Amino acid sequence: MLEPLFWVIRRDLTIAMRRRADIFTTLVFFAIVVSLFPLGIGPEPNTLRLIAPGIVWVGALLASMLALEQIFSADHRDGTLEQMLLTPQPVALLVAGKVLAHWLVSGVPLVLMAPLLGLQFGLSWDALQTLIVSLLLGTPTLSLIGAIGAALTLGLRSGGVLLALLVLPLYIPVLIFGAGAVEATVSGLGGQSHLSMLAAILVGSLVLTPLATAAALRVAED
Amino acid sequence: MSEGTTGPALQIDALSCVRGDRVLIRDLSFTVGDGELLHLKGHNGSGKTTLLRALAGLLLPESGEIRWNGKNIRSLREEYSRHLLYLGHLNGIKGDLSAVENLRIAAILDGFSLSESRAWEVLGEIGLRGHEDLPSKHLSQGQKRRVALARLLANDAKVWILDEPFTALDVAAVQLLQDVIRRHVENGGMAIITTHQEVAMIGEHTRTVTLGQKHA
Repeated sequence: MLEPLFWVIRRDLTIAMRRRADIFTTLVFFAIVVSLFPLGIGPEPNTLRLIAPGIVWVGALLASMLALEQIFSADHRDGTLEQMLLTPQPVALLVAGKVLAHWLVSGVPLVLMAPLLGLQFGLSWDALQTLIVSLLLGTPTLSLIGAIGAALTLGLRSGGVLLALLVLPLYIPVLIFGAGAVEATVSGLGGQSHLSMLAAILVGSLVLTPLATAAALRVAED
Repeated sequence: MSEGTTGPALQIDALSCVRGDRVLIRDLSFTVGDGELLHLKGHNGSGKTTLLRALAGLLLPESGEIRWNGKNIRSLREEYSRHLLYLGHLNGIKGDLSAVENLRIAAILDGFSLSESRAWEVLGEIGLRGHEDLPSKHLSQGQKRRVALARLLANDAKVWILDEPFTALDVAAVQLLQDVIRRHVENGGMAIITTHQEVAMIGEHTRTVTLGQKHA
């Protein structure tokens, strides 16, 4: 039962490795967005340290949203997506595989890059650790929730903007708990409770969103 | 031809399909049994592709039922997909993967494993010798079509639904595909195809359904 899942992940990773440029676009976007804030706000270290968790998190969130469209659009265009709907495999399982592969390619690099950007803002080692863990728990949720939006807007002409409108409100809880965890660490309260909430949201999304995405894909291919 | 008491395996009963606000197919009924080839005819825009997508289960009909061994395909879903091979206008192959990789991943998703050597063999048979491990995006239209059609040889699905399978193929490939379809039907499979070419493979088991006019 899990073999197709493994193969879908392997397939998508192979394709991603053969067109690496896409990964770098997301990463560069992340770096630029986060670097814009100090330029706009001014180089006051205390202010920057205060807003750093929020900025890095918003940057990661926007970058991950930017990458969303790529989950299904190429497969939709070349017909492999409709073939996936016609296989005897549960579509939700294939969706889970595709989202996981997408996260490995677009989410994990963000997580790895975030501490570097956090360092720019003078975050402490403790805060950076929490930042990594919160992103590690939060970004897969963003991909899972975003996949529903990506499936719903598949093949639409102004899909990108609509996707943002659909998905951003749903990202709010993840943002609050993600940035909150880092802030709590900075202020010395400890981010454990926030991280637990992020983990809970992740588990919930992991169970529910592939089903919703599968249903949305069926509608999109109708 | 009949299977037990359920009659022909694929039954289309009073099917109507709507695209946008246009009724393309109204009250269409027919059956396809084992070892039968159904040639779907009709002018452009008469709803052939729509009907094929409905038969594959990709498109929800407005009314009516499509039954596989007596059960609605909507309730069977994956159980029905197991017996089905649908090739639409899109080839369904990834340009970044080679022909072999495309064929093997398609096989795994279809629920069986295809060894590397068998994949090479099948691609040789369909006339892609020497192109097996090139990225498919470097292949010509006709060659891409051949990669898609290679699934017919690798798969043991019972129902083939082929939408304009002869498009972009050269004479030799058309001949080859006709043979492949004839063999499939002679071995008790079913095929439902649309094509504007005259189908030379027509044997005694071929039936024609014409859309866009009153059919017999």
